[in-house]
Amino acid sequence: MQKIRVVIAKPGLDGHDRGAKVIARALRDAGMEVIYTGLRQTPDQIVGAALQEDADVIGMSILSGAHMHICPRVMELLKEKGLDDVLVVVGGIIPDVDIPKLREMGVRGIFLPGSPMQQIIDFINQNVRPRAEV
Amino acid sequence: MKSVTAAIDRDKPFTTISGRPIERLYTAEDLRGLDHSRDVNEPGQFPYTRGIHATGYRGKLWTMRQFAGFGTPEETNQRFKGLLKAGGNGLSVAFDLPTLMGRDPDHELSLGEVGKCGVSIVSLQDMERLFAGIDLGRITTSMTINSPAPMIFAMYLAVAEQQGADWKTLSGTIQNDILKEFIAQKEYIFPPRQSMRLITDIFAFCATEVPKWNTISVSGYHIREAGSTAAQELAFTLRDGIEYVQYGVDAGLDVDSFAPQISFFFNSHSDFFEEIAKFRAARKLWAEVMRDRFKAKNERSWKLRFHTQTAGVSLTAQQPYNNVVRTALQALAAVLGGTQSLHTNSLDEALALPTAEAATLALRTQQIIAHESGVTAAVDPLGGSYFVERLTLDMEREAKAYFDVIDRMGGMVEAIEHGFPQKEIAEASYRFQQAVESREKVIVGVNDYVQEDETPIPILYIDETTAERQLSRLETLRQTRDNARLRAALDALKETARGTGNTMYPLMDCVRAYATVGEMCDALRDVWGEYEEVPLI
Repeated sequence: MQKIRVVIAKPGLDGHDRGAKVIARALRDAGMEVIYTGLRQTPDQIVGAALQEDADVIGMSILSGAHMHICPRVMELLKEKGLDDVLVVVGGIIPDVDIPKLREMGVRGIFLPGSPMQQIIDFINQNVRPRAEV
Repeated sequence: MKSVTAAIDRDKPFTTISGRPIERLYTAEDLRGLDHSRDVNEPGQFPYTRGIHATGYRGKLWTMRQFAGFGTPEETNQRFKGLLKAGGNGLSVAFDLPTLMGRDPDHELSLGEVGKCGVSIVSLQDMERLFAGIDLGRITTSMTINSPAPMIFAMYLAVAEQQGADWKTLSGTIQNDILKEFIAQKEYIFPPRQSMRLITDIFAFCATEVPKWNTISVSGYHIREAGSTAAQELAFTLRDGIEYVQYGVDAGLDVDSFAPQISFFFNSHSDFFEEIAKFRAARKLWAEVMRDRFKAKNERSWKLRFHTQTAGVSLTAQQPYNNVVRTALQALAAVLGGTQSLHTNSLDEALALPTAEAATLALRTQQIIAHESGVTAAVDPLGGSYFVERLTLDMEREAKAYFDVIDRMGGMVEAIEHGFPQKEIAEASYRFQQAVESREKVIVGVNDYVQEDETPIPILYIDETTAERQLSRLETLRQTRDNARLRAALDALKETARGTGNTMYPLMDCVRAYATVGEMCDALRDVWGEYEEVPLI
């Protein structure tokens, strides 16, 4: 079976990358192919990376409160590029009131502080689009 | 021989939060080889393991300095006045991400970030609003600003000047610690060597112009938050301190002309005794480094003064009231470790910036420790404890081992360029996460004692009006200021940056001409370029 390909991105100006790096490593240890984009990625760069890397999943780590600006733009660009089947998950500090709004725009997984890594791994395994057998 | 009864211990490894094994009992055996006057001595005596003051907190309590900032300068000004009224005695400014990254609110990357994580400061006008009605000649202010520290500091000095305060008497701190940004928090702009030059320019500028200002707060806080162990926090922070002193000396400064104004900033995490040992070891290590490595003659150069913040990373979004207890214990460790100033986190900070009520409770936590617990009466009450002294020696040994490795690499700038501290921290943070996953480490309310159906607590929600307001003010400013004067000031800054002059003087002129933080940083970006790290996982 082909490995699940995940782009882990850190959008916005914030540099607190502990969560992004820990989850990148946990997904890699769980057998996924992880591409970490590094810091300060614009929505264009994130979607560009997903396209180029043929990603099944985009994971974004956002702690700064900018998620309601970043996520709509990423979802819009994915649609434009015909990548609507890429599974989008967000981790970080997301106020409760924003969770339904993010789901409505197509963010499938939202993981708040304290989420176990295994829960994120299981979520991706269960929700990722099926990949053609080679 | 140490005799330990054969009772059965609980079936789990006894390790600190950093993974350090802890024995069942510590006795005089564990302190064999400890030399009292060399390793411990008395409070106020070299190497200051027991504190830099003979009188501890009997002479003066620590400064209760609560970090605050959000939204517009006016909103933060109100929060400051509230904190001062509630008995806080120093200000501490949190800036938003665009300010921290040297970007104006109209830059593409500022989208959604203006006023969110701190206060938005664009030009001198905002600094005037931030400190309106606050006498800078009487208050001490700490500003958490790093890459744009020279620009923000210049604005502060300009406001002081307007208020008629004498720069010679101004007191406060700028964080100004770029090395830990490359290592941990990642709010860098310029490449390492140019960034180091900005810092030595501030050392030289302050030595003559603002002699009481703390020019740098060498910070372990962010290193720890990024996932380091306690010993790594200690080692990398002090090795950063060595790097700054070395660059200052290499720039031709007399060590005693700037070293007394260097201060430190540590995390106080949840493992009580390990933290206390870390603070004690820090003082001892720094005293030895300054006296023996740098041959400083002034005793003030030997004394490590530090601010502490309780561990933000230990706060849980689950059962947030538990955070009050965590913070109280961490604050107690900082006090028993002899901190000079302290910030206690608010219970809601895993969810958002704190509400005014939560911030007041955090301040009250410190006041209860100071006035009710009795721990301030005797100096270094844990001095002589077999366990604490052993841990202090172990911390020191581990830090020195890291110093050796980094010295062999050529220094901290080189170590950072190799990604060494970054990799060490990433390893430690992953190990800790695994210990949490396996429940080897229990976090109450997260991986044990979990409660379903929690009632949400009120949180502070920052809306978009700050961004709109700051954007429209920026537009007005650009139309109304003397733009010819501004351009000349920015050109002079670039000219100085290309040469070897002190950048603080042209920056003062830029600030007085109402240059924005983004414009000043862009001027230096044009000359020096920007740093980009190689992402490592």
